[in-house]
Amino acid sequence: MKVAVLKGGRSLERGVSLRSGARVEDALERLGHEPVPIDAGGDLVKRLTAERPDVAFVAMHGLGGEDGTVQELLEILGVPFTGPSVAACARCMDKVLAKHELRQAGVPTPDWFAFNETAFRELGAADALSGLEERLGFPLVVKPSRGGSALGVRFAASWFEVPEALISAFSYDNRVLLERFAEGRELAVSVLGAEPLPVVEAIPSGGDRYDFEARYEIGRTEFVCPAELSEAAASAVTAAALGAYEALGCSGFSRVDLILGKDGPQVLEVNAIPGLTDTSLLPQSAEAAGISFEELVERILELALKPAAA
Amino acid sequence: MEETPHRRRAHTRSRDLERYAGLFAERTGVMRSSAMRDLMAITARPEVISLAGGLPDTSTFPAATFAAQMTRIAQESTAEALQYGPTEGFAETVDCIVEVMGAEGMLPDPDDVIVTTGGQQAIDLICKTLVDPGDVIVCEAPTYPGAVPVFCSYQAETIQIDCDEDGMRIGDLEEVLARLDGEGRRPKFVYSVPSFQNPSGVTLALDRRRRLVELARQRELLVVEDSPYGLLRFGGEALPTLYQLDGGDFVIYVGTFSKILSPGIRLGWAVAPPPVMEKIVLGKQAADLCTSTLTQHFVREYFAEGRWREYIANLVELYRGRRDTMVEALHEHFPAQASWTEPEGGLFIWATLPDYIDTGDLLAKALREDVAFVPGQAAYVDESRGRSSMRLNFSGVGDDEIREGVRRIGKAIGEQVELYSALTGEHELAGDPQSGETKPRSGSGRNLTLPEPDEGSADRVKGGDVLPFRKESSA
Repeated sequence: MKVAVLKGGRSLERGVSLRSGARVEDALERLGHEPVPIDAGGDLVKRLTAERPDVAFVAMHGLGGEDGTVQELLEILGVPFTGPSVAACARCMDKVLAKHELRQAGVPTPDWFAFNETAFRELGAADALSGLEERLGFPLVVKPSRGGSALGVRFAASWFEVPEALISAFSYDNRVLLERFAEGRELAVSVLGAEPLPVVEAIPSGGDRYDFEARYEIGRTEFVCPAELSEAAASAVTAAALGAYEALGCSGFSRVDLILGKDGPQVLEVNAIPGLTDTSLLPQSAEAAGISFEELVERILELALKPAAA
Repeated sequence: MEETPHRRRAHTRSRDLERYAGLFAERTGVMRSSAMRDLMAITARPEVISLAGGLPDTSTFPAATFAAQMTRIAQESTAEALQYGPTEGFAETVDCIVEVMGAEGMLPDPDDVIVTTGGQQAIDLICKTLVDPGDVIVCEAPTYPGAVPVFCSYQAETIQIDCDEDGMRIGDLEEVLARLDGEGRRPKFVYSVPSFQNPSGVTLALDRRRRLVELARQRELLVVEDSPYGLLRFGGEALPTLYQLDGGDFVIYVGTFSKILSPGIRLGWAVAPPPVMEKIVLGKQAADLCTSTLTQHFVREYFAEGRWREYIANLVELYRGRRDTMVEALHEHFPAQASWTEPEGGLFIWATLPDYIDTGDLLAKALREDVAFVPGQAAYVDESRGRSSMRLNFSGVGDDEIREGVRRIGKAIGEQVELYSALTGEHELAGDPQSGETKPRSGSGRNLTLPEPDEGSADRVKGGDVLPFRKESSA
């Protein structure tokens, strides 16, 4: 089967995406498929039209590749593609939108406020910040609404750190959210088709848990899979993850990030197209479930070609 | 045997990872990946105006000259040019090096010179020769970003001494040395780029050069003088090098052809006292046996032609114009709260923004406008420092791109300044009585001040980044 592997692109996560893509290409070769690597640039449509692949494996992260943009093009060209639909990608990429959907579906997620840059520049939104302490408390987490990984994510321990954190977050997007800091264990549940894979726990080995670099480097964060959880906790976590996956309309595969605190799990976000690098969590989970990377890739392709089979 | 050669990729299967992880040397744990690596990956896109590199402009080197020289090498010395050479380098290459150093008033003994694979290898070999894990290296703050990973990979404890517009603050250095004395320790060497420093562009003043050399003699302390840009002076008076002032007893000199001829030929050198040189040669043998003999032949031909000074003079003219363009553009497009250095030579300007701006985040914003620079944290071992500064290169791109690049960065900064003002200017966050003991890191948006230089004070030990100075915005 001829498989176009879409990777790279212009997003800030280009580097990670290139690593994900290369790994998928290797697996496709071993599976006997014909991978066509495409670094998504100005000639993407031309390449796809010329190559006429049977299916496109989207190994792109961040804006452009994970937000529905590329998926929309693939729909227009009639090329089946892996991972979630246009709408699901758009919902996952926009954390504010995603949180609204989650709350509506009854999936627990930490309290938050969202602001547009315009609101601060033109509507005096800074006045509204005074309600934050009472409603969210400190510390709180400031995030760009559409941003991958941990870029632009900052903690604010007090008032005085809020403006700087906002400036950082607004560097990545013109909408940001301020979220109640959820204390607890950091977990990730990858979902393949409709099946949850074993839970991964990320245990930072010292330093900042929102250190972007640490996420992709061996040795800076320890990952335990399957996470050591009581049966009750594991089922609550899995239920919350599946609830989030469904609420956002995901299909194919995705990864749900959660915090397990005293009051149970809280969903932070859903990554429509999580990393597929050596240190990425989805492949680790799959392996813990006895699914090799090749099998994982094959299964993702099947789901793309026969979504009903999911 | 496989029928087709197996394509090896720079990655592994995750189940292999643990096996490899157990094999890694301890030093890999402290090897720093270049910060913001993934962000920098995008700066290579062709549409990005990059003020991030440290690239000399090689486009003005006459192609015909290059062709003629390479042809001559092929005709006259193919066998030798394709063969191994001595570890120390060819005597003829060393002659060229002595000539270059002579142009700056130095007279090294050719026996004290080793040809290295770029100045970078010289730094690596010096560390390999002198530094055990836990040893102290002292350098400038900010320091050459390329030296940071070298120091880290030899597991050195690196202490950075603040710079002001006259370079490293020697008074601070003395205090650090005294403190180390008290702990029964001494640094293995002091690393300095005294002329048109990378990244700050500042030059170590003459009295400080004298004092540094004096200190080295008194304390029998080695100084590593890294001088890639000494001959690229656009203005001001030429200063004696540390090597010249010291005579080569306690100063190890590192030079390179990268900025005066070509970085692609990977030719640099080190000059060290004979006992140190002996060990460096052994280290070089282990590292790569010898430096490319082909490019050594090229340098020999190039110098034989006798026009190398002319070429440097052209570069100086070119870079002076580009520096002027960049300074002008900074005045026009950077906000009043920003400050920057105005170097008298070299390739770089160091700009510092209000402390609420993180230049790593700013880079992400700037990349959306297709422009790149190096965030300041790359120049510090402690990654929490330099976060509001940036290095801007003016040698690698033409005047129009410099102007446009600075304009785009200035626009991104302007938006952040405006936003900060909207967030804090009219709303006294600092007035909240319940918010505990934390003090605001900056004043309100309109009354920001930068750390002022503490002129002439040798007492100052800690504090914010001393570089650069507040420049009155005359624009």
